[in-house]
Amino acid sequence: MALPIHASLSERIWHYTFLTICVLIFAFLIFPILIILPLSFNAQPFFSFTSEMLQLQPEAFTTKWYEEFLTSRNWQGAVRNSFIIAVFSTIISTFLGTLAALGLSRPDFPFKTTIMGLLISPMVVPLIISAAGMFFFYSRIGLQGTHVGVILAHAALATPFVVITVTATLTGFDHSLTRAAASLGSSPTHTFFHITVPLILPGVISGGLFAFITSFDEVVVVLFVGSYNQRTIPWQMFSGIREQISPTIMAVATILILISVSLLVFLELMRRRTERLRGITPH
Amino acid sequence: MATAEAENEVITTADGVPLKESLKKALWQRKKTALLLVAPLFLFVLITFLIPIFDMLIRSVDNSIAGEQFPRVVVEIRDWDLDSTELPDEATFQALIEDFKVGAEEKTISRLGRRLNYEKSGMSGLFRKTARKIEKLESPESATAAMIDIDKKWGNIETWRLIKRESGKFSSSYYLAAFDAEKNSDGSFSMKSEDQQVYISLFWRTIRLSFTITFLTIILGYPVAYLLSTVKTKTSNMLIILVLLPFWTSLLVRTSSWIALLQKEGVINDILVGIGILSDDNRLAMIHNEAGTVIAMTHILLPFMVLPLFSVMKTIPPSWVRAARSMGATPFTAFWRIYLPNTVAGIGAGGILVFILAIGYYITPALVGGTKGTLISNFIAYHISTSLNWGLAAALGTILLLLVLALYILYDKVVGINNMKLG
Repeated sequence: MALPIHASLSERIWHYTFLTICVLIFAFLIFPILIILPLSFNAQPFFSFTSEMLQLQPEAFTTKWYEEFLTSRNWQGAVRNSFIIAVFSTIISTFLGTLAALGLSRPDFPFKTTIMGLLISPMVVPLIISAAGMFFFYSRIGLQGTHVGVILAHAALATPFVVITVTATLTGFDHSLTRAAASLGSSPTHTFFHITVPLILPGVISGGLFAFITSFDEVVVVLFVGSYNQRTIPWQMFSGIREQISPTIMAVATILILISVSLLVFLELMRRRTERLRGITPH
Repeated sequence: MATAEAENEVITTADGVPLKESLKKALWQRKKTALLLVAPLFLFVLITFLIPIFDMLIRSVDNSIAGEQFPRVVVEIRDWDLDSTELPDEATFQALIEDFKVGAEEKTISRLGRRLNYEKSGMSGLFRKTARKIEKLESPESATAAMIDIDKKWGNIETWRLIKRESGKFSSSYYLAAFDAEKNSDGSFSMKSEDQQVYISLFWRTIRLSFTITFLTIILGYPVAYLLSTVKTKTSNMLIILVLLPFWTSLLVRTSSWIALLQKEGVINDILVGIGILSDDNRLAMIHNEAGTVIAMTHILLPFMVLPLFSVMKTIPPSWVRAARSMGATPFTAFWRIYLPNTVAGIGAGGILVFILAIGYYITPALVGGTKGTLISNFIAYHISTSLNWGLAAALGTILLLLVLALYILYDKVVGINNMKLG
């Protein structure tokens, strides 16, 4: 992207205009996320900066919204529900998704495209339609407004992410390794746990991470399939924004941003580690 | 697969039957294991997801409530002609009284009243009033006269035409409503009057706004993806975090920050007033309208555009544009004739993806769209939780689903579903 020495004046002008445009677009992307942080310390119950805040007066800032988040029963219930629902739906979807990915990536799997299409359909169908269908059906069978209902719904939404990630890991899988193990007298079960599992584990972990985030961040389905007793953090935020705007939402948002930043860093470190390990493997 | 089978045949002719059979057996064994591994997930998705979707499709045409609440009336009314100018016969009115007596006792008859009220207002009230009075009615001489005595609407031929039309097991009326059409009393269809039309303009608005959002993400995503693909890997790894961070941040966090930015007393208006561009009583209305939906959704969907564009642009060697320049092309010609055509696949992939996501979006329009910036999904939600017209919600959902599936087939043709990548 560096400008060559022989660039003409018009090229130089264009180059810097282009860079300015890019900076503005990056600002558009990142500014709405950064703005949350100072607003969450606003002493006034508004979603906006007060003039005292702009003059950096210490009494214009407060941590009371964080205290409210930590003490309010509504939010505490939301945090608990979010974790319960996300953990169980992650376990279900990671287990079933990994099994299916192992089956799907076998070379002689019949009707692969059709079955794959059906299995990833929860990711493809717009959430409002999934939510509507699940709401109708789960009310019929008495799962609407129960934890089990929301967990099953979230597990269904999350499985495509597990299937796709684990299948991607398995495409680079060297099947001669399992054959080698078998030729050396290892039983299929032993081979699976000692050869296959360690090799696909990174894929399973990132698939599970995707599943966890899908459930943790999901709001449309939980709004319809769940009720107040199943309220998750996004559910609580949604109804909070609709009913009474309080900067507690900004405090929660800040905490969520910190979580996603640390997840991003974690994934980046994982990626670098894999790259480094790949670098030293012979072949 | 095909070559494996061909080889089997060759071996069979040379070596005899047993090998073929044992190979077949081994292959079947392997297929069975593969299927067994996939079966649990398939069953799970079938029960928790595919059947619910199918349930919604059925519900959009389901009219079994007529047979449940009016079991005798739907039988009697079969012989009555829609074009008839006379009321149905005494036997039908007898059946009506009996069905009402059962339905009023079980307190379920008002459901049918609500259902028919979607077609013609006043039906719900008629059913409630009749259910109240029916208990005191004791074997009258003329059932017809007794019912008309309870409410003269029972003597109106239009009431009976409506009951006759909606007496089947299935009904197309939810779809007609979803397209702003209605059935006339003689059974033909016509469009509702302009001022009653809701959904056609809503579908258009949804498509128009999705197009606008897709267009904006292309305009904003293209330069960013280009920059990412031309800088050094180290710099692009840093810069892509600026794209990934919004991508990984909760949707509600991003929506609420746009509320903080765009509202009347919000940050952007404050800045504009502060630097003197706007006067204090002239603040811009950027939220609870179409503009709010477009701005917030463009921001939310922009990463879905940048990432596929970036992955396509990475594969274009910079020497192509240099070659064009060295042969005398102006910078613009080199871009227009060489670079842009090579990125069309990325624009297509990102564009369709963003469009599909935009067309079914619910949360953001619900929070920042007000009444003018809501999309079809918001009306689906409204009919599920507020108006309780589930049949219409299911019909609107089915239409949206078909639209999205058509777009996915297009996406598959352009990129291939299997090339779908995450993050």
